[in-house]
Amino acid sequence: MSEIRILSATGMLGSGFREETLRRAMALKPDFIGVDSGSTDPGPHYLGSSDTHFSDSAYKRDLRLMLIAARAANIPAIVGSACTAGNDDQLARLVGIARDIAREDKLKFKLAVIHSEQDKDYLKKKLREGRIKPLANAPRLDEAVIDRSAHIVGMCGIEPYIEALQNGAEVIIAGRSSDTSIFAAMPVMRGFNPATVWHAAKILECGAACVVLRKYPDCMFATVTNDSFVVEPPNPEYRCDPVSIASHNLYENSTPYELIEPSGVLNTFAAKYEAVSDRAVKVSGSTFRPAERYTVKLEGAELAGYQSIIVGSVRDPIILRQLDSWLEGMNKAIGDRILAVFGADVAAKYQYEVRVFGKNATMGPLESETAVGHEVGLLFQVTAPTQELATAIMKSVGHMAVHYPVPEWTGLITSIAFPYSPAEIARGPSYRFNLNHVVEPASPLEMFRIEYENV
Amino acid sequence: MKLWQVTKLIRSKNSGPFELTFDVIFKDRATYEKVRDAKTINQQWFAKAYRLAPEVVSIINYDAASAIKITIPRPVISGDINDTDVFGGQQYGPLVDLDVLYLKAE
Repeated sequence: MSEIRILSATGMLGSGFREETLRRAMALKPDFIGVDSGSTDPGPHYLGSSDTHFSDSAYKRDLRLMLIAARAANIPAIVGSACTAGNDDQLARLVGIARDIAREDKLKFKLAVIHSEQDKDYLKKKLREGRIKPLANAPRLDEAVIDRSAHIVGMCGIEPYIEALQNGAEVIIAGRSSDTSIFAAMPVMRGFNPATVWHAAKILECGAACVVLRKYPDCMFATVTNDSFVVEPPNPEYRCDPVSIASHNLYENSTPYELIEPSGVLNTFAAKYEAVSDRAVKVSGSTFRPAERYTVKLEGAELAGYQSIIVGSVRDPIILRQLDSWLEGMNKAIGDRILAVFGADVAAKYQYEVRVFGKNATMGPLESETAVGHEVGLLFQVTAPTQELATAIMKSVGHMAVHYPVPEWTGLITSIAFPYSPAEIARGPSYRFNLNHVVEPASPLEMFRIEYENV
Repeated sequence: MKLWQVTKLIRSKNSGPFELTFDVIFKDRATYEKVRDAKTINQQWFAKAYRLAPEVVSIINYDAASAIKITIPRPVISGDINDTDVFGGQQYGPLVDLDVLYLKAE
């Protein structure tokens, strides 16, 4: 076979694509449809809690159109990183949605479900064997970190997808996966040059993100041969040029030249980007260096505590002129009040902070510009082991803060505007990413259980 | 001239939950080469603007897209309880008005 045609439905399942674009793309006769359904972008909440970044309705809308198109053309549909973080709860949720679609639209297919959630005993054994290694800026890892994680997932490579395809899967829904593996698995299985394939996969995984001006999420299409690929948006309103395609390597990557995958490293240093029309780009010249040792990246989230917050603002110029010292005094008074109410034991249990919008609330420790304008916003935040304690502490914080004095005014002042009643808002559980590590499994399939089902 | 006047995009974003990455993408190749060769965006300047040690700042020139990429460790893990910007999307402010005085308005 001299070429393989790949349709990427959109950058993230649930973000949407145009039905008309999908129809145009299907007319180009793709060999499969892929879509990424995950991201760590929105933070640790999704891995920790199993909540999803989009609604079931949004996932269902996109997945329905994809499955109907794929079954009509008799080509595989591949979804990776189910429902944001790809843990087992989220995987089950997306599989449930796929079953509902099949029933409602009378579709039949062989489904492969790839599990990415990791067994804690397996990971602890790997840790003891020295087969878990830290990546850059990794937090400390010991068995206690594994034990207290709410969920830990491994990022699967192409091998579980290839296994599923070779076993006749027509639809694959995977837990956490490298974004590119969704698109690279079938071309590599068919024997195409991995360098070309991985580079094409990197361009495709974000859907229409690689166009010159992306006005809304949509499909993307690539035709891959052994030594080059051509990417062309199926939406006639969109166009790619060599710079838009080359620029995509910058996105969410610490270097535009390297992409690290479980089975090796794509290097785009020598890549050539050539316009083949005013909207299509041909890419060639990347290299792929197979890894000496196969590695699977881990993602973990643990409960950091429960939070209560208060949002308020200050307009009084007298207070604003002495904002730092006013807050410093207030914070000390708040600390004393919390000790008085909850006892000395409370000190080790809670964390308190106040952020100043209008000063450094966006950049925190990175901010060097700290002048304030005619008003500031304040965000009070308490984190504690239970919601009850976080809320109880915040009730005292709010009362201390709202009447905290300045020397210039005599009598009781009300120094903060609260937009809400009650002022305090329960944020619920707050999670923390706690792993930036890779595991060396005995085989690429060892960490990823695959189930098959005739839907 | 200010940096924003000669670029088509200045952005910041997480590169995973443990790193922040900044992209400065220029409008044209010639301007990119001038700024690249003048080393206006260098480790020392960036470290000072962001209150960091210079050795943690990585800067990569990317000729294929006329872009300069800067990557630093995140001061706080994305979404941790004292994080200020979960996506890392609003950390590029200090780059926007950086003076590139040797570039004259056309």
